[in-house]
Amino acid sequence: MNILVFVESAEGKIKKNSLEAVAYAYAIGGKVTALALGDVGSEELQNLGKYGASSVLHVSDSKFNQGVIQAYATAIAITMQNESADILVISDSSLGTPIAARVAARVGASLATNVVSLPDTSKGFNVKRSIYTGKAFANVELTKTKKVIGIKKNAAEVKEVGSPVSVTPFQVTVPETDFNARITSSEKATGEVLLPEANIVVSGGRGMKGPEHWGMIEDLAKTLGAATGCSKPVSDMGWRPHHEHVGQTGVKVAPQLYIAIGISGAIQHLAGVNSSKCIVVINKDADAPFFKAADYGIVGDAFDVLPKLHEALKAAK
Amino acid sequence: MKILVCISHVPDTTSKINFTDNNSRFDPQGVQFIIGPYDDYALARAVELKESSGAAITVLNVGLVDTEPTIRKALAIGADEAVRVNAEPTDSFFVATQIAEYARAKSFDLILMGRESIDYNGGVVHGIVGELLGIPSVSPVMKLDIEGNTAKLAREIEGGKEYLELPLPFVAGCQEPIAEWKIPNMRGIMSARTKPLNVIEPVAVDSGIKPQQFELPPPKGTVKMIAPENVAELVSLLKNEAKVL
Ligand SMILES: Cc1cc2nc3c(=O)[nH]c(=O)nc-3n(C[C@H](O)[C@H](O)[C@H](O)COP(=O)(O)OP(=O)(O)OC[C@H]3O[C@@H](n4cnc5c(N)ncnc54)[C@H](O)[C@@H]3O)c2cc1C
Repeated sequence: MNILVFVESAEGKIKKNSLEAVAYAYAIGGKVTALALGDVGSEELQNLGKYGASSVLHVSDSKFNQGVIQAYATAIAITMQNESADILVISDSSLGTPIAARVAARVGASLATNVVSLPDTSKGFNVKRSIYTGKAFANVELTKTKKVIGIKKNAAEVKEVGSPVSVTPFQVTVPETDFNARITSSEKATGEVLLPEANIVVSGGRGMKGPEHWGMIEDLAKTLGAATGCSKPVSDMGWRPHHEHVGQTGVKVAPQLYIAIGISGAIQHLAGVNSSKCIVVINKDADAPFFKAADYGIVGDAFDVLPKLHEALKAAK
Repeated sequence: MKILVCISHVPDTTSKINFTDNNSRFDPQGVQFIIGPYDDYALARAVELKESSGAAITVLNVGLVDTEPTIRKALAIGADEAVRVNAEPTDSFFVATQIAEYARAKSFDLILMGRESIDYNGGVVHGIVGELLGIPSVSPVMKLDIEGNTAKLAREIEGGKEYLELPLPFVAGCQEPIAEWKIPNMRGIMSARTKPLNVIEPVAVDSGIKPQQFELPPPKGTVKMIAPENVAELVSLLKNEAKVL
């Protein structure tokens, strides 16, 4: 079976979630081909072999330096056909999921996104999807020959299983009109750990009282190599940028460790964090609902606990 | 301008999720249904565009008759007419095909919907509709302005946003802060009663998806409380017990 993996890159580097997609494809078994579009470092591409790709195709055409959904979908669909790939694996992201949708419609594939586990092929081809914003799972069978699978973070473990492979330059012809949605500019936080990909998240709520107190959160995050997050009212009030808003209507995270400070734990907030491995809650109200969803809790004033916690973490390093 | 807004009818965000019939069906008992929160943003933006530059808004839902109160609410918020495709929305491909079939001959300038539904969480209906109609699709859109025949959008990306320009028509999957949710006023609720709500039958679709079974996540263990003066203990537990540091 031939499996194609679309690998996403940012600033010339393959994204961590895409390595999970390669690992996922490798675990399914078969010949795994990785496809990268635009400007990506060649060593990065060769190293995909380490995680399970048996070949790597690279479309270096600078037209693809920006992720235009429709053009990317066409390029991937063409490659799928070219490589006689039955399965496409994509990591769910702001670019990956919309692309998966178009490719599936184009090639006539069964489509499942938000997939959290490897397929069970003992009878048919079944995958488990996260639904109701993390409150439940659905097991679904993908019945068509062609399948497009969007995987959620942590659906597969990245392991070294091979050695670097050579990269094959590749060309696809995509209609000009597919580039109609023209990206004019972008703004991106630089030098920070990105929230959706972070292993540790330090998140603050309305209990932090104001944007001027976020230095404490940022310092703690820096020490931990963590990303910073926040509750919805915090981003609504403009204390923090919107892309840090965690929850039902914001970013869904699945880190190893989520530290929530001054967040009450409304069900809509929990919906974005319930896939975290370990949750620590710091809140001055012992009855805050978040404690029910936590692994560890401290009842106390954030302004008192945070500096102490920061010292203790630095001491333990 | 003609705008199609597609809405899902989903459990209120505070709902407890349960399944019945041997975990093969969602249990609606005690559950309040709402317009999907992301779809609600799309609708709110459509109404703003109508107020600022004039537009005719059609709202579409794929659902059985029990979704009509949700559709009426969208009419009360400001849509002009509604269409219900009379079928259970079993999967993204099925729903997207119904939307594309309806929209194909109607030449909408804009097709708006939420970035994802909060029940199925597929995040793909906008893309499939775009592909089936052969027009661009953009998601997740957090800003949308129309200038003549061109739209200016902001799309959220990991750690930031990107700005786009594209010609109409296209499909957008919306999210906040594209607009503020609108609460229907009395006049809206009254007029919604008499606005047209047409029911059409679905087209047949082979989605290639067979739902097998639902399951709930394992229950969470009990929380371990630590005294605020013992933060060092917390650090040690995170290191040695949870092994997350
Ligand atoms: C449809 C819908 C979607 C939503 N989506 C989201 C979403 O995606 N994400 C989200 O976060 N919310 C979402 N919400 C909002 C949600 O319901 C809550 O209102 C919100 O999460 C509350 O944010 P908060 O915990 O920061 O603030 P609050 O609820 O005000 O809680 C503040 C907490 O801080 C504690 N506190 C105060 N001072 C201190 C101190 N000095 N030290 C320690 N603790 C202190 C308080 O005890 C309290 O528990 C949504 C709501 C709706 C209706």
